[in-house]
Amino acid sequence: MSGHMNLTLKVWRQKNKETRGKFVTYKADDISPDMSFLEMLDVVNEGLTRKGEDPIYFDHDCREGICGMCSLHINGRPHGPKEETTTCQLHMRSFHDGQTIVIEPWRAAAFPVIKDLAVDRSAFDRIQQAGAYVNINTGGVPDANAIPIPKDVADEAFESATCIGCGACVAACKNASAMLFVSAKISQYALVPQGQTERYSRAQAMVAQMDEEGFGSCTNTGACEAECPVGIKLTNIARMNREYFTAKFFKQEEAH
Amino acid sequence: MSSFKQAFTSSLGKKLIMSLTGLFLCTFLVVHLIGNLQLFHDDNGKAFNEYAYFMTHFPPIKVVSYLLYASIILHAIYALVVTLHNKKARPVKYAVYDGQANSKWNSRNMGFLGTILLFFIVSHMYSFWWKYHRDQVPYIEYRSDLNSGSTQTRELAAAEFNDYQNFTDNGVEVVRARDLYRQVEFAFQEWWLVAFYVIAMVALSFHLIHGFRSAFQTLGWNHKKYVPLIRFIGIWGFGVLIPIGFAAMPLYFFFCK
Ligand code: FES
Repeated sequence: MSGHMNLTLKVWRQKNKETRGKFVTYKADDISPDMSFLEMLDVVNEGLTRKGEDPIYFDHDCREGICGMCSLHINGRPHGPKEETTTCQLHMRSFHDGQTIVIEPWRAAAFPVIKDLAVDRSAFDRIQQAGAYVNINTGGVPDANAIPIPKDVADEAFESATCIGCGACVAACKNASAMLFVSAKISQYALVPQGQTERYSRAQAMVAQMDEEGFGSCTNTGACEAECPVGIKLTNIARMNREYFTAKFFKQEEAH
Repeated sequence: MSSFKQAFTSSLGKKLIMSLTGLFLCTFLVVHLIGNLQLFHDDNGKAFNEYAYFMTHFPPIKVVSYLLYASIILHAIYALVVTLHNKKARPVKYAVYDGQANSKWNSRNMGFLGTILLFFIVSHMYSFWWKYHRDQVPYIEYRSDLNSGSTQTRELAAAEFNDYQNFTDNGVEVVRARDLYRQVEFAFQEWWLVAFYVIAMVALSFHLIHGFRSAFQTLGWNHKKYVPLIRFIGIWGFGVLIPIGFAAMPLYFFFCK
């Protein structure tokens, strides 16, 4: 078993939303560097279950970096130390034998802890519901490429649309601001022709919902961009600001 | 009208106010620096004192100066409001938070840097603006012979001075003014004040390296073509040139006068 490592974990344990949590220390022994971070936690949980203890509760689903369900603030950084990597795609080779790893849930008023390391991210769903949709044209199936979109615009919209909604931007931001997420969602529609109908009402509705949920304000530190597992850019936030101010100052009452 | 109210009370709108007032204060810094370069004239402060009179009495500039005071106050108040709101957005802090890994120190400590600057502004205005307006500075008379170009100066007693005067009498230009220059010279004999000014200018530098660029991002002015220019001006203009220019003034008086 050469290359296997023994780790010390300091894990946030919290029974539910109402109770106060605390850190509990666990040993994770004989961990293969080829395991993913979540597999390492699975191993720890098996041990806990065998001992009849409550396993550590954490969010996960696809485990291939596309669903945005996994989270975890690992040694002070969302999704751990590797750039553009979700926790499920983070491997134990990014750590070394004997290391202490502190694992915390996302910390934000808008993301209350459900249990242990899992937080309630339904605030993101409500922001999406407020405006991240397009009106649907029913009728016959349209021809492919019937709507011309310049390649670079389509690419830019696609880049924004790659946001998996994991909440790492909120977790990383010193203000717990959700602006990277919201701006990516606004951008993916604002850029393409299909999104024009609700373009300005969308920006206003989604920003209003974001404020309602109690997220902080952006102070342009760039932490969100640096920690985003799919590389969403700060330019999205600038675009959101443009969309929002244009809507509020020039567009809202355009029909007289 | 309510859309304006909504806009300015939203999280984005509060930042818009920070951005606009901040940029206005930046333009003021440029003017203030250029004006204060008069301090380096070796003329016993004649150019500087005339400039000080002009800046405090020319009506359009007076209007701008009220806008300026308002901007400082608004910028500080909104900074406080936004900061409190942001603190509320994360009631439980992280036990481990590796901010260095993903952002610059100054971008995370704008409030701290801004607080230093606010203290500085208050102290600075007391030392010069307040004393100038409250007649707590000496008076001076310059007599320049227009033919030979030579200038003689004489300190005036308070009784001799009624108001700023500038007239020509028999080929001699006479200027009577409040001697703010003396006040500057006098204040900057104190090493601790000089040190405070230099520290404040370091804080200004870090504040503006982040702030200038950040203001444009908040306005939504983020474009591939212009971002490099904004960064360049933010770092070299507002982060280096302007703070060094200002810091040079107390240092000049302390070491060269
Ligand atoms: S579990 Fe799906 S992205 Fe990590």
